[in-house]
Amino acid sequence: MQLTERHKEYWQRNLKITGVLLAIWFVVTFVMAYFARPLAEITIPVLQFPLSFYMAAQGSLIVYVIIIWYYARKMGALDEEYGVAEGDE
Amino acid sequence: MSAQVSSNRAFFNQLKKYYTWYTGGFIAFVVVLAALEALGLPRLYIGYAFLFATVALYAGIGIMSRTADVAEYYVAGRRVPALFNGMATGADWMSAASFIGMAGGLYLQGFDGLAFILGWTGGYCLVALLLAPYLRKFGQFTIPDFLGARYGGNIARFIGILIAILCSFVYVVAQIYGVGLITARFTGLEFTLGVFVGLGGILVCSFLGGMRAVTWTQVAQYIILIVAYLIPVVWLSMKHTNIPIPQLVYGTVLQKVTEREKQLTADPKEQEVRAIFKQRAVDAKARVDGLPKTWEDGKAAAEAKVTELKAANAPVADINAAEKALTAYPKTEADARKAWTAQIGSNNARAAPPLPHATPFPSGNPDPVKNEAERDTKRLNFIVLVVCLMVGTAALPHILMRYYTTPSVNEARKSVFWSLLFIFLLYFTAPALAVLVKFDVYSFVVGKSFSDLPAWVASWAKVDPRLLSVTDINKDGILQLAELTLGQDIIVLATPEIAGLPYVISGLVAAGGLAAALSTADGLLLTIANALSHDLYYKMINPNASTQKRVAISKGLLLVVALLAAWTAAQAPADILFLVGAAFSLAAAGFFVPLVAGVFWKRATKWGAITSMIGGVTLTFWYMAVNQVWLRGVFGVTDPVNLWWGIQPISAGIFGLPLAIVLMIVVSLLTPAPDKQTQDLVEHVRYPNLKGDTLNTQGAVG
Repeated sequence: MQLTERHKEYWQRNLKITGVLLAIWFVVTFVMAYFARPLAEITIPVLQFPLSFYMAAQGSLIVYVIIIWYYARKMGALDEEYGVAEGDE
Repeated sequence: MSAQVSSNRAFFNQLKKYYTWYTGGFIAFVVVLAALEALGLPRLYIGYAFLFATVALYAGIGIMSRTADVAEYYVAGRRVPALFNGMATGADWMSAASFIGMAGGLYLQGFDGLAFILGWTGGYCLVALLLAPYLRKFGQFTIPDFLGARYGGNIARFIGILIAILCSFVYVVAQIYGVGLITARFTGLEFTLGVFVGLGGILVCSFLGGMRAVTWTQVAQYIILIVAYLIPVVWLSMKHTNIPIPQLVYGTVLQKVTEREKQLTADPKEQEVRAIFKQRAVDAKARVDGLPKTWEDGKAAAEAKVTELKAANAPVADINAAEKALTAYPKTEADARKAWTAQIGSNNARAAPPLPHATPFPSGNPDPVKNEAERDTKRLNFIVLVVCLMVGTAALPHILMRYYTTPSVNEARKSVFWSLLFIFLLYFTAPALAVLVKFDVYSFVVGKSFSDLPAWVASWAKVDPRLLSVTDINKDGILQLAELTLGQDIIVLATPEIAGLPYVISGLVAAGGLAAALSTADGLLLTIANALSHDLYYKMINPNASTQKRVAISKGLLLVVALLAAWTAAQAPADILFLVGAAFSLAAAGFFVPLVAGVFWKRATKWGAITSMIGGVTLTFWYMAVNQVWLRGVFGVTDPVNLWWGIQPISAGIFGLPLAIVLMIVVSLLTPAPDKQTQDLVEHVRYPNLKGDTLNTQGAVG
């Protein structure tokens, strides 16, 4: 089995998407946790949560759900674009 | 292909119809029970009705989906639509610890408890981005299957089997224990009997229909558990904020809790009670320091008192009390040291002012330098625990296995999204529940006189003093916060009563907890039985076994493993919560690196994977064994506890994980690159569909 340039490009783009999404995941999880103490001084308007509590209890979770939703959508489109989707014989 | 798509769609619509009817039927069942309760049906019968109706329901689904077909038995025929696989994964994932324990943990630990919320949801990002689509493309049946195929043979597979069994067994014991606890509390059955009733429910389902039955039961269980979790919280939110969306509005409640904490910290009566506990801790410390003399003196005094009372013909009650005190007195000096040291700890804990719920990594230490150091250690522990839980999530075989059951790679990707969405529903509610209950307790229980405490306080104190106890320490007739102790498990179980809901909702919550525990236990048992029957027996011992024989052996093993797990649970091992955490650390250190490297790094070799798994698990296990109280007892470790950077043993995986990474890289580079066939396999799993690719790893032959 020989991979074409298109195939290699598909994999590179997949790696890039994965890398960017993991970077977002890292920031909302670990950077937020590391700076939780100063961030606790900020209160979110209307909802009245301290920022670090809100992120750990809800905000980061919402970001996780969006990350996975975006990945599924984006990769589905990428499969089609590069002709590697299931059913593309 | 289009025929396939339309048949999938028809199947999806059919499932949607079934589960809509099912949900309606379940709600009707609850409403009927509520009506019967209003007419005077005793509480015990409501408990029985929930227990037997739900277990019978799961058994019914199990019997309807019974199968002896290999692909059906191991991977539910690979036609579970993304949405339903998401629900099944949600139930598979959320265990008794999530359902019953988590909100309680958040109540007791405040901000620091949120590590569990982050870790147990964020791990799905790793599952989605690094594992699920590739494992689905690989196909086959189990996680050791992948290790065996990617890392050339039976050594990697065998180590995979051992790790899968180690972490799954530890975890399943905790689930069965949870089943026993709930059954016992809500029906009055004995604990051991409760364990075996629950076990029946687990077995009839996974035994008859394997993954197929477990999948459809888990969907049903998810619906029950999420309804049961949300109703009381929404009600409590109505009670305190008049808005039925607790997740949105508890920020203001949290502010009120923070204010109340400040009041309680400064309150003179609270300080008085805390001072009493402080003094008790000082006394206990003096007794420990004075050993062995204090133990001898105490024993002599207790004996003297009995003799004296008997000689003086004192009232029988006094003599009995004195004799009881003598029997309870530590038998040996070593016992005394242990008991009194524990007293120092528990009294000091109760002498502390209330924990500030919204503050990250709080420390009560008055010395500013030590205070800062303690807060930094807490932050470090928070972060490493999140790492272990996340990476562990992405490495637990019973979860990864679920993504083998979807019809395609793209469905697997979508399915992770649905999984996390359904899990998220419960996980973003739990912190709200903790804050609402705390507000209720701080405002409507603390500061009341003992004679007019809410009814739920007295009724739960009677059930088990470890769950709830109140003692008037300073004899002022008013309950101070420091006089109240709450156990972790009570928060969810008592919420319906705190919110003023009828008993039928308490029954519903118990049914939800049972669903959570049973569904997770099902998935775990299946993982263990499959690792033994498919990987060990079929792939390594007898590759010529007929399909009937394989399924039959799997069923037999399931029975044996289930009984073994129930037996272990009935022994009630000391530290069950630690065991659950340990499973995550072990999985994180053992599986994550070889699985991810197997897809993303073609150069990863057999020996890299083998040394990485062995090294990661060994270091993790060793760190736990020398530092965790219960394991130290099991292995007879007597060296002093020596924590590296103050990291708790539950997060031991944080040391195993980097070791696994280093070993994987170094050993792989030192050994020859994998052969062409293995490299082709890596290409094969990277692309959902590759032209000219002749590999077929689906293995779904009947």
